[in-house]
Amino acid sequence: MIDKKQVQHVAELSKLAFSDEQLEQFTEQLADIMKMTDELNEVDTTGVPVTTHVNGLKNIVREDVAQPGTDREILMKNAPDSADGLLKVPAIMDKEEA
Amino acid sequence: MDYLNEDLQSVHDKLVAGDLTASRLVTDTLETIKTKEQQVDAFLTIDEKGAQEAAAKIDAQPIDADNLLAGMPIGIKDNLLTDGVTTTAASKMLANFKPVFDATVVEKLKAKKAIMIGKTNLDEFAMGSSTETSAFKKTKNPWDLDKVPGGSSGGSAAAVAAGEVVAALGTDTGGSIRQPAAFNGIVGIKPTYGRVSRWGAIAFASSLDQVGVFSRTVADNATVLQAISGHDEKDSTSADYDVPDFRAALNGDIKGMKIAVAKEYMAEGVEPAVKAQIETAIETFKSLGATVEEVSLPHSQYAVQTYYIIASSEASSNLSRFDGIRYGYRSPEAKTLEDVYVKSRSEGFGDEVKRRIMLGTFALSSGFYDAYFKKAGQMRTLIIQDFEKVFEDYDLVVGPTTPTTAFKLGDKVTDPVTMYMNDILTIPANMAGLPAMSVPAGLVDGMPVGLQIIGKAFDEESVYRAGYAFEQATEFNKNVPSFKGGQA
Repeated sequence: MIDKKQVQHVAELSKLAFSDEQLEQFTEQLADIMKMTDELNEVDTTGVPVTTHVNGLKNIVREDVAQPGTDREILMKNAPDSADGLLKVPAIMDKEEA
Repeated sequence: MDYLNEDLQSVHDKLVAGDLTASRLVTDTLETIKTKEQQVDAFLTIDEKGAQEAAAKIDAQPIDADNLLAGMPIGIKDNLLTDGVTTTAASKMLANFKPVFDATVVEKLKAKKAIMIGKTNLDEFAMGSSTETSAFKKTKNPWDLDKVPGGSSGGSAAAVAAGEVVAALGTDTGGSIRQPAAFNGIVGIKPTYGRVSRWGAIAFASSLDQVGVFSRTVADNATVLQAISGHDEKDSTSADYDVPDFRAALNGDIKGMKIAVAKEYMAEGVEPAVKAQIETAIETFKSLGATVEEVSLPHSQYAVQTYYIIASSEASSNLSRFDGIRYGYRSPEAKTLEDVYVKSRSEGFGDEVKRRIMLGTFALSSGFYDAYFKKAGQMRTLIIQDFEKVFEDYDLVVGPTTPTTAFKLGDKVTDPVTMYMNDILTIPANMAGLPAMSVPAGLVDGMPVGLQIIGKAFDEESVYRAGYAFEQATEFNKNVPSFKGGQA
């Protein structure tokens, strides 16, 4: 059974933050969902191959020829913050660390 | 233009006869949408200007008499990218996102001179079965405005059912086209995985997602699917097969067709009145000369559990791209890089999306991968093998699309497991990548029931052939919604 500590760990892996109250609720709901998924243990799958995709395609390759891309100006249209044609984000390191 | 008693052919005839221009059709359609939206709330964005401009271009030339889609306004689910028109996936994360290119399916429709009239509501990132997890609005079922339209493509389904558009595109990962088609009494197909390009479809679970079509009739459905099908080098999982002429399959002849009924799809979880409608449908197929026999798909009882592990795992990976850096929502509170990720995602995603990201991240995390993700991949193999065995002897599998008719708004949204179980009959076709369609199969207490028809991979023709013969024999698609309720 999944507990609050595990849920907190998964939240960190998922880059999500929850209030204590939300964490309680998510723990309860995830426990319910996993009680459901645990029903799969009723079936013996020893030796059964894993399916990750269905259409049987192998690697798809094309000739290594340069193709025109999308203009930077167009790609930047949806950026939350930019300057001089570059994406702007908060400082990654403090001045002292740099 | 109210499309309740129209189809592509009838509207096209008016355009060809000159009784209607594309511009007039767009104006009339916008008027109908404006009126009906007061009750239905199917659309998130209406592209009035873009639609008028496209119509004017079409009117500048004689209408193409051989192209049923010329000048036809179509609704597009808001997780399919539309160049220059806001595309949100019904999430705060993408509330202001304006794509800089069209999804291949949208590009193909435009190439056939169809007109993109607006973007339809959905569950946030297509995660849900009632369209209630949309961050923006709740779409109502035109048959009873107090009930859900189903989901996740609830906006597209309700828009077609209400007569706001003649057809609409949706996406289907675990039933997101077929379940709302059933709840709204219309036709909805999820084609074979690989039949239609996913380029420009906002990814939820990439091994399961397919784009498909909603319409009032099987013939219209075949026409629109024809237009969007085919290989696309931008989607390497799209199949490089010739696309057959789907409409040629609509000859009404199903004599000798071998149809299987999976006993697991008719089990006790299915409401008796729904089951009775499907039993009547089975008799119809027999009277049309098909052979119908009971078979077993023993692992289908595990489809929901398997699905939630696989779909959530793929979603947790796909949605990691929403990091607040390049596009989408960035929290104004973010002071550090870690803040940009965590605050943007925590404020931008709704609860259902977070639940699935969490479940998927857990299933893929160190120490749990074998017990969950690998196990689900093995279960998926068993589910596929069930179908392979049945399709050695049969052409189609039929059954109900959903265990019940549409439920009330607010009824299940707080209980994830009950909501998930609603998809038990539609998920197996996604697991195996098979084409599957829901067609109207009559009413129970005034609410529509859907008959699901599942075919072999890349055999949409048999699915359409049987669906068309059934439609012609029953005319259940002639029922129109009452727009009752909605006073609460």
